[in-house]
Amino acid sequence: MSILVIAEHDNNSVKPATLNTISAASQLGGEVIVLVAGFNCSDAASAAAAIAGVSKVLQVDDALYEHVLAEELTPLVVANAEGMTHILAPSSTFGKNIIPRVAALLDVGAISDVAKIELADTFVRPIYAGNAMATVQSSDKVKVMTIRSTAFDSAASEGGSADVESAATAAGTGLSSFLKQELTKSERPELTSAGIIISGGRGFGSEENFGLLDEVADKLGAAIGASRAAVDAGYAPNDYQVGQTGKIVAPELYIAVGISGAIQHLAGMKDSKVIVAINKDEEAPIYEVSDYGLVADLFQVLPELSAALDNLS
Amino acid sequence: MKILVPIKRVIDANIRVRVKPDNSGVETANVKMAMNPFCEIAVEEALRIKEAGNAEEVIAVIVGDSQCQETLRTALAMGADRAVLVETDVAVQPLAIAKLLKAVVEKEGTELVLLGKQAIDYDNNQTGQMLAALLGWGQATFASEIDIKNGNIDVTREIDGGLETLSLKLPAIVTTDLRLNEPRYVKLPNIMKAKKKPLDVLPVDEFGIDVTPTQTILKVEEPPQRSAGIKVADVAELVDKLHNEAKVI
Repeated sequence: MSILVIAEHDNNSVKPATLNTISAASQLGGEVIVLVAGFNCSDAASAAAAIAGVSKVLQVDDALYEHVLAEELTPLVVANAEGMTHILAPSSTFGKNIIPRVAALLDVGAISDVAKIELADTFVRPIYAGNAMATVQSSDKVKVMTIRSTAFDSAASEGGSADVESAATAAGTGLSSFLKQELTKSERPELTSAGIIISGGRGFGSEENFGLLDEVADKLGAAIGASRAAVDAGYAPNDYQVGQTGKIVAPELYIAVGISGAIQHLAGMKDSKVIVAINKDEEAPIYEVSDYGLVADLFQVLPELSAALDNLS
Repeated sequence: MKILVPIKRVIDANIRVRVKPDNSGVETANVKMAMNPFCEIAVEEALRIKEAGNAEEVIAVIVGDSQCQETLRTALAMGADRAVLVETDVAVQPLAIAKLLKAVVEKEGTELVLLGKQAIDYDNNQTGQMLAALLGWGQATFASEIDIKNGNIDVTREIDGGLETLSLKLPAIVTTDLRLNEPRYVKLPNIMKAKKKPLDVLPVDEFGIDVTPTQTILKVEEPPQRSAGIKVADVAELVDKLHNEAKVI
């Protein structure tokens, strides 16, 4: 078997979700080939070559791939798909954008959000916002799929020594162009790869109050998340949203503050290792999934928690 | 410009789905069905584009069984001009749906296709991207803002880490994310009017496209359940448990 992993990267380094995808590829067995398409992306290609389990890195360095444009990247993937049995990308907005387009160009189906590999053609994936798990068998000649990163361990970023080769190229399409990007600036870890996440919900009541999470997050080295209710109310930016329609996370520790626990939120965080719920409503459904629940007013708890963390260190 | 809005009929978002005891799927008998929420957003956006004078006609289309006519009537009641049902009793998978939609796009001569980013039943998030590939059009997924001008469409997309704005040449495909708009409520007189709007039913056989699924669902199971843990009395006990028992801080 030959597995092509489409690396998600920022030209300098590979994104953590790529490591989980490579680990899923290694489970399939066979040769793991990583495609790094970007602009001035030699560092990312070297980083990919050092990942444990990678057999070969295919690099394309062209201004055409400076930004991820599905119209440009997908023909390139197809040009490098010859002989591949599987094509994988992380189930991030990057992977979700390109994988179905790759599949259609190859005239095969796509399998989204693979959470478990049973056999080379049989996979388990969540459906209905994670309220059911489907075992799916594909008869397509190439299995094209996105990998749910929280369901697979990270491949070690060191230990590999794959060769970096030039990939086959593809002509540009000019169908789309990049205008701008506004990324949320933060010194904190990324939500999808953070070891600790502290999330806020509607209970905060305002954007200003939502800022109360900052101090505790900094002391824990945690990423900050939010429920859909908090995002819709304007307390937190869109990309903070944890849930079925936001980010799927599974940190070591997830602290839900002022979050009632709607099904759509639970679908995004219930695979976390340890869940703490802090809510003043003791009937809140979040307590049905939490390991430790504290029924209390968040405005009292957060300063106390901050002080207690000082005493801990 | 004509806008095509492919939509899907799914179990109502407010219903808690139950896995069938024989693990063959989820219970759909006697369960309330509704238009997929992301599709509602797509219909709403198409109507707003038309109301702003940037489109002449909004056509809703479903690939599905005869009951989907009800969902198409909802789209018509929202304000779509007409509807097309590509009728089939097969649970058609995204690639085959995209092939059928391509045929509809070519027949209708639409220049913009707006779809929900995903349906909340199988959560595939594939059909729009596949249709774009088959048509050779540009795509903008996860749209939170759309601006049409001079033969281009600028789309702000919700990506991991923030927002990104792309400019696509028309014709193009756009898939909608949650915050693109708030769909309108359907008013009773519009429900009555919708009954008189045209709804064409085209049997899937007429398309000559193979819709045989390539993926077989072997079984559907309940996800592993978490059991509720304990309640702690105060912050001191919480920190103690996290530090000494769970060892996560």
